[in-house]
Amino acid sequence: MKRVYVNEKWCLGCHLCEYYCAFANSGKSSMVKALKDHKIAPRIRIEERNNISFAVSCRHCEDPLCVKGCISGALTIVDGAVHIDTDKCVGCCTCILLCPYGALSHSEAGAVQKCELCQKNEFGVPLCVQGCPNKAIVYEER
Amino acid sequence: MAVDFLYPPYEVIRNMDRCISCRACERQCANEVHKYDVDFGHMVSDESKCVNCHRCVSLCPTRALKIVKTDHTFKENANWTGKAITEVYRQAGTGGVLLSSMGNPEPYPIYWDKLLINASQVTNPSIDPLREPMETRTFLGKKPGKIVRDETGRLVPNLAPQLELSIPVMFSAMSYGSISYNAHASLARAAQALGIYYNTGEGGLHQDFYQYGPNTIVQVASGRFGVHKDYLNTAAAIEIKMGQGAKPGIGGHLPGLKVGPDISRTRMIPEGTDAISPAPHHDIYSIEDLRQLVFSLKEATNYQKPVIVKIAAVHNVAAIASGIARSGADIIAIDGYRGGTGAAPTRIRDNVGIPIELALAAVDQRLRDEGIRDQVSVVAAGSIRSSADLLKAIALGADAVYIGTAALLALGCHLCRSCQAGKCNWGIATQRPDLVRRLNPDIGVQRLVNLVTAWDHELKEMMGGMGINSIEALRGNRLMLRGIGLNQKELEILGVKYAGE
Repeated sequence: MKRVYVNEKWCLGCHLCEYYCAFANSGKSSMVKALKDHKIAPRIRIEERNNISFAVSCRHCEDPLCVKGCISGALTIVDGAVHIDTDKCVGCCTCILLCPYGALSHSEAGAVQKCELCQKNEFGVPLCVQGCPNKAIVYEER
Repeated sequence: MAVDFLYPPYEVIRNMDRCISCRACERQCANEVHKYDVDFGHMVSDESKCVNCHRCVSLCPTRALKIVKTDHTFKENANWTGKAITEVYRQAGTGGVLLSSMGNPEPYPIYWDKLLINASQVTNPSIDPLREPMETRTFLGKKPGKIVRDETGRLVPNLAPQLELSIPVMFSAMSYGSISYNAHASLARAAQALGIYYNTGEGGLHQDFYQYGPNTIVQVASGRFGVHKDYLNTAAAIEIKMGQGAKPGIGGHLPGLKVGPDISRTRMIPEGTDAISPAPHHDIYSIEDLRQLVFSLKEATNYQKPVIVKIAAVHNVAAIASGIARSGADIIAIDGYRGGTGAAPTRIRDNVGIPIELALAAVDQRLRDEGIRDQVSVVAAGSIRSSADLLKAIALGADAVYIGTAALLALGCHLCRSCQAGKCNWGIATQRPDLVRRLNPDIGVQRLVNLVTAWDHELKEMMGGMGINSIEALRGNRLMLRGIGLNQKELEILGVKYAGE
């Protein structure tokens, strides 16, 4: 299955992936409309210290702890990708505590949010990858 | 605080309706132009630091940025232009030699743009390169003057070593030091993928790039940096650099700041020391001396490698080229006055040398007149901007061309001409690790391959239009060119007729 992989060697720490992510999942027609005067809560995050930086988002684990721990059945695996049904999510945050990568977070809408590889939004392929200027994140089969 | 006489040349225009304060511009500008102001709650910029490299413009996700030339003006004066006044202020402020980089930007004539290409109509058929054979492969090196047979009548193979180019384009000499590791990696890998050659420049060959040896031309310049036996033997050809189009007559200077551990090892000089290339080769004061170096290098490589001699296009270029052809060199590379550089004194870059078009035509004609054109191949350099320039260069007599600036543009260079500052935002002309990282060779290689492949397609189309299907048939074929807007003397030197003749 295709996943988002990180080539930290090429990450510039420009944080553009975060903004593309926030835009992709905003449902708005333009990035300005979505993000102007708006503090973003992206599903991908740059972690950086000194000269090292890299993007962290859901790894779509083969045996995901978040899915195992989900008390409401909101988290499921569909064709290898971990998806969340926000209608089922009760906001218990068990998944946030369980994820070893810190890839789940609170959503502005109340439920939990996570990277769903842009499969549920209009873009279809991860927009963070499209927006990365240096191929530091790639969407590929490995 | 002293009076600053200079007003910034550019203005950063930010469309505040679009700016989302993502701060990508701030993070990507090595010149620290952009800043997020917490009190204002929006981005601000200090245009005095801007070099107009377009990194921020290219990365801005909402296209909120553009850079414009300031309309601030001095009192209009056709003689004392704003540029002339500004340069006096700069020198009065610093007492220093003005430095510049990349090629001569002054509005001298561009002869490529005054040459027009022929095409077939009615009396000779044009060729469709998509359906009929068309070859842009060519060979550089000395061609045998006569056929030699042994006593039994068998041919004696007497062909000197040749460089095989799938496309008559090579990447110019740009040293590791003047450009980054990732830029070199991109050029080397692209040369291999394209079946052409790149040139190490005078900074030695990084150990990681020995694997690309069969597509590498190594340079021996006046500083002799990084020259040793393996360096010579790894390469496909060796180039003796006598001169450079951007700065004929002077040497080079890589500041110690850029000589980190890797460059120190590659150049074989102590870390942090300035790498100074003398203006002349101190062992070459005549063609006879040059011949000695040519044959020392051939001896060191067992006569397996062609030797190139690169010179800047200067006033007596034809006579100099004739001498070089007789020195035993296999290939002559001529670099015109628009050739690029990582740093050169502005006055030299902008005033010394002659156009490559005239130099190339003069050299080709001289070598033909003297009956020694076959003894050498001629490579033209110094601002080949497109496949049309490439075609015109071949028709004027070149066997192939070197591209430097065009290759860097493919890698992202925006010709801001600030290489000498060492803070290239595109990761090309810098050694700062955080900036070098910005050029991912996986992307760079693809863009270089795309560029040269596109030129090859266009070259074939134009050749086909003329009814020509090989580089050999085009080379020196000046009947395929006509001049426009040229005077009689220029036509004479270029060896072309006027349009309509």
